Amino acid sequence: MFLSMNWISDFVDFTGLDKLKLISQFSLSTAEVENEIFFKGSDIDGIVVAEIKEVNDHPDSKKLHLLKVDAGNGELTDVVCGAPNVRVGMKTAFAPVGARIGEITIAPRPLAGFTSYGMCCSEKEIGISDNNDGIMDITDDLANGTLIKDAYEVDDIIFEVDNKSLTNRPDLWGHYGIAREFAAIAGRELKPIDSVDLTKYNNLPAIDMKIEDPLCQRYSCLQVENITKNVSPVNMRIRLFYCGMRSINLLADLTNYLMLEMGQPMHAFDSRKVEKLRIKRFAAPFVFRTLDGVDRNCDENTLMICNDNTPVAIAGIMGGLDSEIVEDTTRLTLESATFDAVSIRKSTVRLAHRTDASQRYEKCLDPCLTVPAIARFVKLLTDIDNGVEVVSSLTDEIAYSYPTRNLTFDKKFVDRYTGIEISNDTIVKTLRALGFEVALENDTFNVTVPSWRATKDVTMKADIIEEITRIYGYDNFEINTAAVPLYPVRAAEEKTMEEKIKDILVKRFSLHELHSYVWAYYDEYKELGIEVEDNIKLVNATNPNIETIRKSIVPTQLCQVKANTGYAPSFGVFEVGRVINGLKEDGLCKEEKKLCITLFDKTKSVEEVYIYLRDILAVITDDLRHATLTFEKAEATHSYEHPRNLNAIYLNGVKLGTMGIVHPVIGKKIDKKAAIVFAEIDVTAFSGEKNNSIKYVEPSKYPEMEIDVTFVSDKYAPIGKAIENANCPLIKSVKLLDTYQDDAGKSITVRILFSHGERTLTKDEVMEVVDSIIATLESQGIPMKK
Amino acid sequence: MSEKVTALRDELILKLNEATDAASVDALRVEYLGKNGSITGLLKGMKDLSIEEKKDFGQKVNVLKEEAGKLIADKIEEIKKLEVEAEINSMPEFDISTPANLSRGSYHPITLVQRQCEKVFKSMGFNVEDYSEVVTDYECFEALNIPKHHPARDMQDTYYLENGQLLKSHTSAAQNAIYKKYKDALINEGKPIKAIFPGRCFRNEATDACHENTFFQMEGVMVDKNISISNLIFFMKTMLSEVFQKDIKVRLRPGFFPFVEPGFELDISCLICGGDGCPSCKHSGWLELCPCGMIHPEVLKAGGIDPEEYTGFAFGLGLTRLAMMKYGVKDIRDLNSGSLKALGQFTDDE
Repeated sequence: MFLSMNWISDFVDFTGLDKLKLISQFSLSTAEVENEIFFKGSDIDGIVVAEIKEVNDHPDSKKLHLLKVDAGNGELTDVVCGAPNVRVGMKTAFAPVGARIGEITIAPRPLAGFTSYGMCCSEKEIGISDNNDGIMDITDDLANGTLIKDAYEVDDIIFEVDNKSLTNRPDLWGHYGIAREFAAIAGRELKPIDSVDLTKYNNLPAIDMKIEDPLCQRYSCLQVENITKNVSPVNMRIRLFYCGMRSINLLADLTNYLMLEMGQPMHAFDSRKVEKLRIKRFAAPFVFRTLDGVDRNCDENTLMICNDNTPVAIAGIMGGLDSEIVEDTTRLTLESATFDAVSIRKSTVRLAHRTDASQRYEKCLDPCLTVPAIARFVKLLTDIDNGVEVVSSLTDEIAYSYPTRNLTFDKKFVDRYTGIEISNDTIVKTLRALGFEVALENDTFNVTVPSWRATKDVTMKADIIEEITRIYGYDNFEINTAAVPLYPVRAAEEKTMEEKIKDILVKRFSLHELHSYVWAYYDEYKELGIEVEDNIKLVNATNPNIETIRKSIVPTQLCQVKANTGYAPSFGVFEVGRVINGLKEDGLCKEEKKLCITLFDKTKSVEEVYIYLRDILAVITDDLRHATLTFEKAEATHSYEHPRNLNAIYLNGVKLGTMGIVHPVIGKKIDKKAAIVFAEIDVTAFSGEKNNSIKYVEPSKYPEMEIDVTFVSDKYAPIGKAIENANCPLIKSVKLLDTYQDDAGKSITVRILFSHGERTLTKDEVMEVVDSIIATLESQGIPMKK
Repeated sequence: MSEKVTALRDELILKLNEATDAASVDALRVEYLGKNGSITGLLKGMKDLSIEEKKDFGQKVNVLKEEAGKLIADKIEEIKKLEVEAEINSMPEFDISTPANLSRGSYHPITLVQRQCEKVFKSMGFNVEDYSEVVTDYECFEALNIPKHHPARDMQDTYYLENGQLLKSHTSAAQNAIYKKYKDALINEGKPIKAIFPGRCFRNEATDACHENTFFQMEGVMVDKNISISNLIFFMKTMLSEVFQKDIKVRLRPGFFPFVEPGFELDISCLICGGDGCPSCKHSGWLELCPCGMIHPEVLKAGGIDPEEYTGFAFGLGLTRLAMMKYGVKDIRDLNSGSLKALGQFTDDE
């Protein structure tokens, strides 16, 4: 919304104050002002009122005229002018030699064989409207030579406030409400609005009007006749133009002017079309043509203004084409009403048609505003057009009133909320400036909220705090830390775990952390041949490509790996992110936090990469849980899993997730040569497992003994099991030394470390254990390699 | 006889001078000082001498023996020194001016900024909470004083799921649960609620360089008996100054959010120009950073806390925006792009 400082100044005397400073204070105390401030009129200088005394045709040009104008300097000035609307006796805006328009300073100028000593200007050229059809036609009685800027409010400071920052303030949708804020900020008086006393029309006949639907809160109307003027005064047109509206005709301009001034939308009907005003909804849908000529589908929820049973306007949104003021209209009915905000908002959305009026109604307008708006309208109209007659009494029905809001609080409440000292005097003064009635007794404030703030905005004590503090100024706050009791804070285990996992992966294994989206990307999956698995869907995704929520991070990460194959011959990525695995019994989503890792490697065998991934998981577990993972072969159930190399991961018997090699078909689509392996574990399950404490073992002072044994076996597992089952306290560690393949098959060499804390070992006791292990394995068909 | 001693001495010195390695010196030691060495041999030819002469000659031989031992030892020392020198000189000076092979991993920039914020608040005794991404309508709206048909629900174009739940559109969705979790400790034990909760949020909107449908925020709340606006400004200023490692000026403007009253928009002095005005702050000297305010009494009530007795502040910091500002990321889409060229640059930043 654009706001005019001239307009605001109608209601507040800013003499001696810096207006720009006030605007920036407004931004900090009320609503954000956009950065660009417009200094209207600064583009022109020296433009005066001048009268055209002579109009002669140019001998060689049909378009150009040779004028003699009286610019009030006692002589006639020769001007060559191309405007079509020149006529003798016409007064216009004239830029004499020396005047300035934008970058141009007017100088005598040869034009088609004649010299022009100045320029007649259009309204667009002097910046007060977008009318460039001809030169300005001044109908006001002004002396020649009067500076245009003295005659009209050309100079103005215009600033813009984003409508969004006014959503909660219905009272700020007009200049008068804005002026109230400025008055409070500047510490100046807010002047009352000049209007007529409508009670003097009480004896006139009332209008046949009835609210038949509770969605209309209040409906006020009045009929007037005998309007003879059609064009609005220049100053009114300038204000409308500066505030972003086009001048149409006097009546339309006046309703707009009223809306911009008081925030109250108004509408004028041809009285012949609204003899029986009814406000209601219709049971069946129908098409209604609004005054912009568009057919709109109204339904049973759309509140309509009707002439008996014929709709004439969509309440609060737009009037109908058929009830518009036309050439032969003699009497018009002014509407000033309040409608239910939610209903208007919904209709606006349904009709996909938002207007200046509906925008205001959506904000919960003050129903007390309808009558003052009519009183102001009549005042402005009769001032402009003296012959206008009011021909009805004010007809006003109130269907809903907001309750009067009284709030009681004490000084301590304010002190506690603000944390600073604001005096009682300041509190009272501030609230009164904003229109609140305040009674103060022994540090207790009794406050009555003004009607324009009581529709939804100010309903409780905390709202009052805002009123006091924003005018006090947040920049003036002394800032202090809080005085609160101290207690230890224990970090959440899962959160800590998550961060530690990230550290291990980044710092020890040089992996890269990525983020991805929570939904499955159909297109990207499709490219890799990954099936989008059925899962809960978004109901309002604007992009159908992202409808289904992912069950696993793996497919997303494979897509990311595909996009990064050129990054390096080998790299690894990970993400700690969320997935949804269907619904729980209570119907809510089963959301899980997963750690997903994918390794991509063109420099190593897939076996090496797969084992490396296993080691990464083992390190995380050893480091953060001081425990060992176990793995079991798992059945592939997803399109991206390799059927032969998929393992379930267990910690203390709890399944954490799976690790696997990517399915060759998908793997080849990512990269023909690379080994690609992935793992996904549940972070919550992982951090839920107990963290074993470190068990310190004093280093033995006696010599240790290492025994290397080689077995012929496909798998290590039985060897490990046999050593474990020997259950010998002397065995301190087992290491895999080597594996190799020869004619005898796969051989695995292990190194077993023996040690005793209190004495030297004997060869015999060690070999006894080793022999028993060998015997166990031999009985299982796993021979020792000699 | 004593000429023999002198001659033998001269001979040894000559031979030692010619020796170039430890082995030949050792051979000389055996040749002269060994059991059958030439110096030892001199003593064997003494039997024909008189007692006087024996005494004199014996002394001379012993002197020579000692001297020869020392000469040989010195020579060995000298050769060892030369060998070390030769070894040192045989090694080239290596070129370490080549680019280092870092083979480093990387954190997501959000993780880094999140950690920096968490660190500041942890140091002031705040709990760091975690919260789900899918929430209920109650958590996201109702409990935050945003009833149905409230325009605020339009303002945030929320992703709804088939079961009626939604992807949280702001981290404030966690507020209610946090209040319920800590209210007993607040009410019964007098422990103030101090918590932050970073998390991922979703808005159903088209993406471009400045807009993402998936982004991170960090919510913070503090509730106790006397928490004030003055405290709110202090904590915001402190946190931001710590995160940016310089004194940050903040200012509050009224802002409307249904879950706070009074509500504010918090601006910080422009990080680029320091407040003088430049293109990145549109010449205003300020950057709009984070909505905040005093927790709305209805929101406290919904969390089981009596607003007559307790007050609190809440803020919602845009972590994504903060990360972009801190690292100069111009296109928000880079963050979720999964591109290692972009994201591989963010190493530890504490």
